[in-house]
Formats: sequence, C-alpha cells, structure tokens
Amino acid sequence: MILTATKISKSFGEAPNQTYALREVSFAVDFGEMLYIVGPSGSGKTTLLSIISGILRPDDGDVVVKDTDIWKLGSDALAGFRLQTIGFVFQDYHLFPRLTTLENVAIPLILRREPWEKSLAEARKTLQIVGLAEKESLPPYKLSGGEQQRVAIARAIVAQPDLLIFDEPTASLDGETGRKIVAFVKEHILNERRAIIIVTHDSRIYEYATRIIRMEDGRIVPGAGADHEK
Amino acid sequence: MNGLLRIALKLLLNDKGKFATLVIGITFSVFLMMQMTSMFSGILYQSAANIVNVGAKMWVMDPAVQTPQNSIPMPDYVLDAVRSIPGVKFAVPFYVGAGLVKLNDGTYQSATIIGLDDASLFGRPAIISGNILDIYKNNAFIMVKDANYAKLGSPKIGTSFEINDHRAVVVALAHTSVPGLFGLPTLYTTYNRATQDLPSTRYLISYILVQPKSTQDIAAIERQVKNLGYLALTDQQFVARNDQYYEFQTGMGTNILIMTLISFLVGLSIAGETFYMFVLDNLEHFGALKAIGAKSGELIQMIVFQSLVVGFLGFGFGVLLSSTMIAIGKMRIANYAAMVTYENLFLALIMVLVISVFSSYIGIRKVIRIDPFDVFRG
Repeated sequence: MILTATKISKSFGEAPNQTYALREVSFAVDFGEMLYIVGPSGSGKTTLLSIISGILRPDDGDVVVKDTDIWKLGSDALAGFRLQTIGFVFQDYHLFPRLTTLENVAIPLILRREPWEKSLAEARKTLQIVGLAEKESLPPYKLSGGEQQRVAIARAIVAQPDLLIFDEPTASLDGETGRKIVAFVKEHILNERRAIIIVTHDSRIYEYATRIIRMEDGRIVPGAGADHEK
Repeated sequence: MNGLLRIALKLLLNDKGKFATLVIGITFSVFLMMQMTSMFSGILYQSAANIVNVGAKMWVMDPAVQTPQNSIPMPDYVLDAVRSIPGVKFAVPFYVGAGLVKLNDGTYQSATIIGLDDASLFGRPAIISGNILDIYKNNAFIMVKDANYAKLGSPKIGTSFEINDHRAVVVALAHTSVPGLFGLPTLYTTYNRATQDLPSTRYLISYILVQPKSTQDIAAIERQVKNLGYLALTDQQFVARNDQYYEFQTGMGTNILIMTLISFLVGLSIAGETFYMFVLDNLEHFGALKAIGAKSGELIQMIVFQSLVVGFLGFGFGVLLSSTMIAIGKMRIANYAAMVTYENLFLALIMVLVISVFSSYIGIRKVIRIDPFDVFRG
C-alpha cells in the first residue's frame, strides 16, 4: 500500500457551532491505482484530500504514506515529505503568471535545491511528455485552459512523486478537454510505481477510475465506498 | 544564485509595474534624503573653512565664540599669557574680519579679510602665483582664487582697489582647500595691516593660533587658558563646536532632520504599500508553493531577497541621482554647499534597510499566515 488512512475525523469551529467534516474515515490506496473520491459539495472530499496529503491536520486518526505516519512529522519535515513524495494538481492550477511555463514546471525541483539548469532540463523533458514542449517560453496565461492543466500536471510529476493528488481536475475545462486530460493522465502518468487520487464530482470522467470512493456527510458511503471496484 | 532566489527575482522583475514603482519610490526617497543631508554636510564643511584652511592645531578664543566667522576680539595680554604657558611651542595673533571693497568700476563688494601674524605668516594659504614675501609690501593683499574670485573682477597681480577707503594691491594669488560658506571673496594680509586698515574695537586679536609642543600638552594648555577666562580648542573641537552651533542653535539641523524623516516616510509608505500589494498578488501562489513543500523559511528568504533587491537598486539610483544633481550644482553655482559624505551614505543605507525590513515584514506576515488548505478550498 502506498497510503493507508485510518479513522480520520475532522471538525471545524467550536461547540455549539462545531461542524463535522469527516467522521472516522478509513481507506487505503495501492500502487498503480487511480482512485476517485467523489460526492456532493460539502461531503468532505477536499478536507479528506488535504489531510491525506499532509496539508490539514486531522483531529483524530492516522495517515501512513509509504510507511511514514505523516502527522507525526514536524512541520518542516512534513513539508519536505510532501515535496519528495506527493505531486499536486490544484483546481485553479496556481501557476505563476510571471514565470515561463518551463520555470513553472521546474519549481518542485528548484524547491528540492536541484541546480537551476538541471531543473530546467528535467522540466523540458516533462513538458515533452505532456505535449507542450513548444510552449515552454510562454507565460501560463497565454495558454488555453487545457494547456494550463497539462502544465500543472507536468509540475506535479516533474519530481517523480509516488502519489499524485488532483483536486477537481476538470472543473475549469469543457467536457471534451476534461476527458482528454484524464485519459492522458491514466495512459501516460499512471504506472505501477505510483498512485493517483482524484477528487471530483464530474461524472463524465468516472470511466477512467480504477476505483471510486463516494462520500456523503463526512463518511464513506457503504456499497459505493472503499471497496467499490470499477 | 540559489534557484529559489532566482525565482523570487524573476517574480519581482517580471511584474514591471510594481517593480518600477518600488524602485522609483525608494530612489526618490534616497534622493531626497541624500540631498538634505548632503546640503547640510556642505554647509557644515564650508562654515568651518577658516579652521581647515589655516591649519592651526589649537585656537584660543572668547568663550562666547560659536563659529569661526563670529569672533570676539581679545586684548593683547592674552597673547602674552598664552605664550607663557608651558607646553606652548608658539602662539600667534590671527585676525578675521569683513572689509568693504570698492572696485575700479565703482561698485562695492564685501570680502573676508584675514590678517596673518607678521613675523611667521602662520596659517598662510598656498601661493599659486606671485611671492608670499610680497605681502610685506605697502598695501599688499593676497587674493584667494576660488569660486568667489570673480566677484572682485578676477584681479591679476598688480590690480588695485580700495578696502575700507585704504588702497589695496593684489601681490599674489593663492589657493585654499575649502571655500567659505557665505560666498565672499577672501583676501589675506598681515595682522598689523588688517588691524590698521579695518575699523575695529578696542581689542584687536580675533583668535590666537597655538602650536603645542606635543599632543600631551593640549589638555594642560586648555586648562591654563580656561584659567585666563578664555577658551582653547583643538581644530577638531572647534569644528565640532561650529557643527553643534549650526545643528542645534540655528534650527537648520532640526529642519534638515524633519525633511530627512519626511523623505524616509515617503519612501517607507510607497515601498511598504507597493510591496504589500505585490505580495498580495502572489499570495495564492505562495500558498501553492507551501502546499507543494516549500518551508516557511524559504518563502521568507524569497520575500526578504525581493525587498533587498528593490532597496539596494533604489539606494544606488538615489545616490547616483543625488550625486549627479550635486555635481551639476557645483558646476553651475559658485560656492554650492553640498557634499556627499560616507556618513550621509551610511544614514541613507540604514534608512533603506529599514524600509526593506518593514516592507518584507508586512509581506512575511501575510505569507506566514496563509494556510495551504485555502489553496484547496479555492
């Protein structure tokens, strides 16, 4: 297993206005999986994604990624762990408009203190994988939505992470482009040494999942839940 | 360069509008600070011109004297008393006064008249044309060829005019290292001629110039002169006394200080606000970097680096602009009193560092507080 989440709970606010976002959620992800976490707005998908990726601390429960209980790490060590192990594709991409596409892709390597030229060379190779080699010198705002999504994917995979986290990857794309992107991810990015977790409520891309977890009211829905195989 | 700092630099430089605003704001602030402090330094420096030009180690004066321009005459016995103090190698009388020069075309011009001890000519200027010994000729004066030389019609050796209704003949031209503050031409003559030709009070000696036998004797000489009811200062102490007068008793120092602080606040507000907006614009991206795995210390490093880059660029441009303006001023205006000193540069640099630290601080506060979870929440 690359990731095991055990009895994760999370609430926001103080009593009596306390809201429970997650209630004892448990699941595991294996290498080579493309796991979807789906459900309506407010079901706890994003909270769960943030906790398993080491961004939001749970109230209770453990998250073990590659044999490391991530919430037992200090903040700097956890940041370092994320950098080494996890790649993120954010819903709004969060590409730096003042940097070129190539420099945006190289950021995780630069954060790892890789030499500048080496980082750019790796980023260039990764841009070739996502089919944007000819756009490397453009700023991201000159690219289409689908191209920006691919740049974000290139940034997520450039440092060869074991776990990729996608937050609503098709939210800003039309249906056709969204499907193409996810199909591309499954075909070219997913492999047996890596797992991908995608949070989405776009049913048009469910067909690409290897497994789907459905959430409602902070819990995994039984039957359509942890062990539901596509 | 560290890759992260390179990214920080690109983020800064590629936001051309804010980058230009930041650099221009700090440049303007440094320019104003440098102009103010350089002008004041120039005034202080030129107001002490006589002390520097004469080059005496010690000056004896009335205790009420604050600046070399405003001497209070002392009786002759003080000179004898000072000469009798152990540790005094020699002491000579020195005269500084104002004379009214009537030029050959009938116009009048005020001038500073300096009377040198007849026997030693101690404190004489460097002669650039003519012979120093000609100062002993009848009605002889030595003209200082400085920025105010033309005000007496650029006289040559042999030119004559009237000073306080006495005939005066230029017998030599001289050079002094520091021009006076008030834009008056300077003429040197002997002490006796100066005190005879210029209207004076009962007492004649403006200052007594003293050469101590050694630096160890200075303190004893100062004590002995104090016992006589007068004040003995080293040249450095006299310069400091003159500085203090202009700084604290004329209001000039306070005004300059206020203007410098206003310039600083202008820079602080422009740079602080613009940098804050710059950080706000990039806040969500900094949040994304945090989520990806950047440590808070690394983000702080980026922000501090960006603020230092604009700070140092603004400092450099500001100093360059200020120096250029002063150089142009000196070329076009005779006696323009302004000079860039290391102290002024250091003060401006400290002010710029404060601006940079303040700007980074408000940016860092925002970046530290951003929660990467917000990046997911959108």
